[in-house]
Amino acid sequence: MSEVKKIATRESYGNALVECGADFPNLVVLDADLAGATKTGVFKKAYPDRHIDCGIAECNMTGIAAGLSTCGKIPFISSFAMFAAGRNFEQVRNSIGYPHLNVKIGGTHAGITVGEDGATHQCNEDVALMRTIPGMTVIVPADDVEARAAVRAAIEKEGPVYLRFGRAAVPVINDRPDYKFEIGKGVLLKEGSDVTIVASGITVASALEAAEMLAADGISAEVINIHTIKPLDKELIIASAKKTGKVVTAEEHSVIGGLGSAVCDCLSESQPTRVMKIGMQDVFGESGTAAALVEKYGLDGKGIYAKVKEFVS
Amino acid sequence: MNKLELQKTANEVRKGIVTAVHGAKAGHPGGSLSAADIFTYLYFEEMNIDPKNPKMENRDRFVLSKGHTAPGLYSVLANRGYFPVEDLPTLRHLGSYLQGHPCMQETPGVDMSSGSLGQGISAAVGMALAGKMDDKDYRVYTLLGDGEIQEGQVWEASMFAGHRKLDNLVVIVDNNGLQIDGKIDDVCSPYPIDKKFEAFNFHVINIDGNDFDQLEAAFKEARNTKGMPTAIICKTLKGKGVSFMEGNVGWHGKAPNDEEYAVAMADLEKVGEALCQK
Repeated sequence: MSEVKKIATRESYGNALVECGADFPNLVVLDADLAGATKTGVFKKAYPDRHIDCGIAECNMTGIAAGLSTCGKIPFISSFAMFAAGRNFEQVRNSIGYPHLNVKIGGTHAGITVGEDGATHQCNEDVALMRTIPGMTVIVPADDVEARAAVRAAIEKEGPVYLRFGRAAVPVINDRPDYKFEIGKGVLLKEGSDVTIVASGITVASALEAAEMLAADGISAEVINIHTIKPLDKELIIASAKKTGKVVTAEEHSVIGGLGSAVCDCLSESQPTRVMKIGMQDVFGESGTAAALVEKYGLDGKGIYAKVKEFVS
Repeated sequence: MNKLELQKTANEVRKGIVTAVHGAKAGHPGGSLSAADIFTYLYFEEMNIDPKNPKMENRDRFVLSKGHTAPGLYSVLANRGYFPVEDLPTLRHLGSYLQGHPCMQETPGVDMSSGSLGQGISAAVGMALAGKMDDKDYRVYTLLGDGEIQEGQVWEASMFAGHRKLDNLVVIVDNNGLQIDGKIDDVCSPYPIDKKFEAFNFHVINIDGNDFDQLEAAFKEARNTKGMPTAIICKTLKGKGVSFMEGNVGWHGKAPNDEEYAVAMADLEKVGEALCQK
């Protein structure tokens, strides 16, 4: 995997907004003093009249976006996931979710790969928060290709969408001619028969690595990329669970309320299956490089490999 | 409408408020009654709207940031012809399109869902910003409670509106002086309200918000104010028009029982009769 191109999905986010700017004249982008970091600065440069810096006031930014959308704009609000989804939860719920307004929320710097900034800025709870809001679509892209496709799909979909992006560069794994992104449709990346690994975001690449290592040990792992946490591709998950009988979820998020919980909700209702959830185990993160943190918290290929191996034996 | 007609209309709006809250057996009459003249002036005189076409593209917008006074908004909308006045008693009932707090998807004429204090003003700012971006000439009005301005988001929104010189925005504060826990200056004083908005680069007008001459003058002044948003700080009387509710914090969020309802309606009938003698 070392030769694979790496791009942070926050970069993809900014680039996708620029790409979509011409096609969607009503697209506007709002920031809260973090345009440089959320990478929407490139949109600001391309469309200065359609970029609104609200200053360090995320809750107001959210309300402004709500107001703009009632007048026909398609606003993207950008901030770190901690603020876009965390600080803002009630504004998103009441000013965007309840009236089902056409506002898109770009939460960047999600999860522990924020790195050195430490626990205050490492949001491991955003997916849990956002997916509780009725009518909210929640997307966690795995790489550059998926992130750019997700931004366009979010624009084309009427209603609120939460998109989760990362700070750290991640391998491009979906750069193939037949790649197709559809909201709510998971992607079967590798077929297997002994265990299913369901991943989202940065753990998709890790899961593929882990599957290779497991194969060397004679364990056949199926790998599914669930880029849309809500609505969840239940059919794909149930079918795979039926086949393998064992499911592991892997996410750069708390194991409470995120992908793992969504998969458990689905399986416990329709296909009771033993599930192991890999993710942040009800703990805060800490300062460190993204790579060191991913390793420490077991979200890299090796970490997932070790846990899956233990789970299946 | 002349002043007398506005007064008569506001009295009908007040009857609708009391009837709605009585029908709901819950709700917020005090702050709806204090703002009834403001609602009436906006919907019968100031705003460019069409009850037959509630989503008219270039209409003026109104956001009830103090969303708990939905009975006031619903009553004025009904009296203006957006929906039947007879539906007001369905307020807060299961299945009613008159939700406890404004819901833009349910109720004709409601431009923004609101009720969580401090959020409506931001949406109004967004509407005003959209108007500027698209070079439209509609105006945006938002009504806040004086307790509501304790919310920090109000000042985030005000800073932005002042910074962006949104002169198509009018922020109205219903300064009735009372909030659930008591007098606003006992709970956590927001005073001086005018100086605060001035500091956030607003043109500020202080008026008696239960006086139509002053309301008319203030909204005209706001219309003629260029290069900055306007804040109209309206001194009002909570519960205005209903004897036992006036100035009584206990009627912030309580419905009258049948006997109290009869007294309230009799009070308002009396006002109406007096206005008809003029």
